Amino acid sequence: MERGSSEMIDTIRDSVRDFIVENFLFGDAAHAPADDESLIENDIVDSTGILELVAFIEESFGFSVADADIVPANLDTLDRIAAFVAGRTSAAAA
Amino acid sequence: MRMECFLTDNARRLGGKTALVAGGRRLTYAELDALSDRLAAGLAACGVRRDDRVLVFADNSWEAAVAIYAALKAGAAFSPINPSTKADKLAYIVGNCRPAAIVTQARLAAVAAEARAIAGAEGMTIVSTEARGGAAPDGTVSFSRLLATDAAPPAHGGIDVDLGMLIYTSGSTGRPKGVMMTHRNMDAASHSITTLLENREDDVIVSVLPLAFNYGLYQLLMAIRVGATLVLEKSFAFPQAVFERMREEGATGFPLVPTMSAMMLQMRDLAPGFLPSLRYITNTAATLPPTHIAQLRTLFPQAKIYSMYGLTECKRCTCLPPEELDRRPGSVGIAIPNTEVFVVDDEGRPAAAGTAGELVVRGPHVMQGYWGDPEATAQALRPGFHPWEKVLYTGDLFRADEDGFLYFIARKDDIIKTRGEKVAPREVEAVLHAHPGIADAVVFGVADAILGHAVAAMVVAADPALTERDVIRHCAARLEDYMVPKSVEFRAELPKTDTGKVSRRLAAETVEPAQ
Repeated sequence: MERGSSEMIDTIRDSVRDFIVENFLFGDAAHAPADDESLIENDIVDSTGILELVAFIEESFGFSVADADIVPANLDTLDRIAAFVAGRTSAAAA
Repeated sequence: MRMECFLTDNARRLGGKTALVAGGRRLTYAELDALSDRLAAGLAACGVRRDDRVLVFADNSWEAAVAIYAALKAGAAFSPINPSTKADKLAYIVGNCRPAAIVTQARLAAVAAEARAIAGAEGMTIVSTEARGGAAPDGTVSFSRLLATDAAPPAHGGIDVDLGMLIYTSGSTGRPKGVMMTHRNMDAASHSITTLLENREDDVIVSVLPLAFNYGLYQLLMAIRVGATLVLEKSFAFPQAVFERMREEGATGFPLVPTMSAMMLQMRDLAPGFLPSLRYITNTAATLPPTHIAQLRTLFPQAKIYSMYGLTECKRCTCLPPEELDRRPGSVGIAIPNTEVFVVDDEGRPAAAGTAGELVVRGPHVMQGYWGDPEATAQALRPGFHPWEKVLYTGDLFRADEDGFLYFIARKDDIIKTRGEKVAPREVEAVLHAHPGIADAVVFGVADAILGHAVAAMVVAADPALTERDVIRHCAARLEDYMVPKSVEFRAELPKTDTGKVSRRLAAETVEPAQ
């Protein structure tokens, strides 16, 4: 169970990282953010970029992100995004 | 009056009051005054003298605010630079105005150093904040070391007709132009706007707009002028976090650009009246669409909405009185206090109501010209009514209604307004043409619900393997974020007019059918 959820988190993190590299770094994987690096502070994602990121999450993981969830604690690093998405998808499955 | 005097006077009067909240730090008037005194002394020790230029190249932060006032207290003019500016463009600005120093942050110090090398400006001191848990980057002077030295600012002897700010704006030639503003210009502009907004000491203004952008910068100058509190946020990426901050701080003023209201329009869970302390909202950069106005009214029923228009060359020109919003929703209003605006025909004569013409601005807020560019200055500043004065030709087409209320029609040139910022297509085209795989390129704006207009490129490839992503990545490495094309179309040839000139208008029409 524990292993399964950490694998799930890894899969989510990889797919979000791919999306960010593809859409915000234009394929330049060399500058991909570290897992705990702030996307905003480091100018990787801008204001309108967060909207694109949210749309990607909703589409890929099949849940709707409430306005109140669009906060740095959930979305400002790859680690936080992965944990947030994993929390939502497992809650939906339960 | 010199702009730093508002800070020193208010520090004396309201010492313990919060002036600035940014990056987790709260500074009182006394603290902001003392920190900028120390940095001014530090800058002077680094060789900054009266009438020098000091670049401020940083995110929205308390350090940037301190640097702005420190430059003024050292007798210099500050120049705020967008933090996403790349080394080549920064080198152009360094070469253009030959600053004595640049104040930046650890993340951007390498860009500043590269720009200094490209421009051959070895004499320019780089002052940098420390990296997290570390020292200031090599080759830079430590920002915190300068702040640690208790010294008084130099007696520079400057007066209010001296240059206070040099702010770079996109020029249709594709080269940024440095707009020269004296202290007196900024005093006039900030006085006019704070009068209009009825700003008071108990105002709490929350701004997510960059300090490098005129509209964002003036939030600082105006708050300090009236003794109010400014809460600076780095971006609007997380609107809920910004709203939470507004609730905590009891925000009374909230400056917007239409991109922000477009983002709010997409939010689903905002409850009407959720920010009861909000007294006013301002909008500029582009007209608010009626749907945005309706939404803002619903969400903030008690707040006045001021729809404004301005350009860097005079900061702000017009404002629509909030009570006229329903009657004239598309209008940007009338001249701001102690200024005049009028619409003229091609011969410079006043145009009749309802007739399109160029907007001309007259008043104490009008710039002194473009740094080192007498030709562009002569284009913008032309003889006025009286033999002693110059008035500002804005390059914007307007019409006035029967009551004198103004309506924006279009730019006279090809400048694209995106996310509230101006983009010169030629600047982007020059970067595209520098790519060896691109034979020809044209850049234009296409309507976009969030951005107002999005920057788009049409390209003739010399290298058949070239992809849209390659082109965008090439641009992203060389241009500020907002200038990078959102889309690239490949064509065998570019659309041309009957006379064989590449046409931005025709290019835009093939992508977005004319309405």
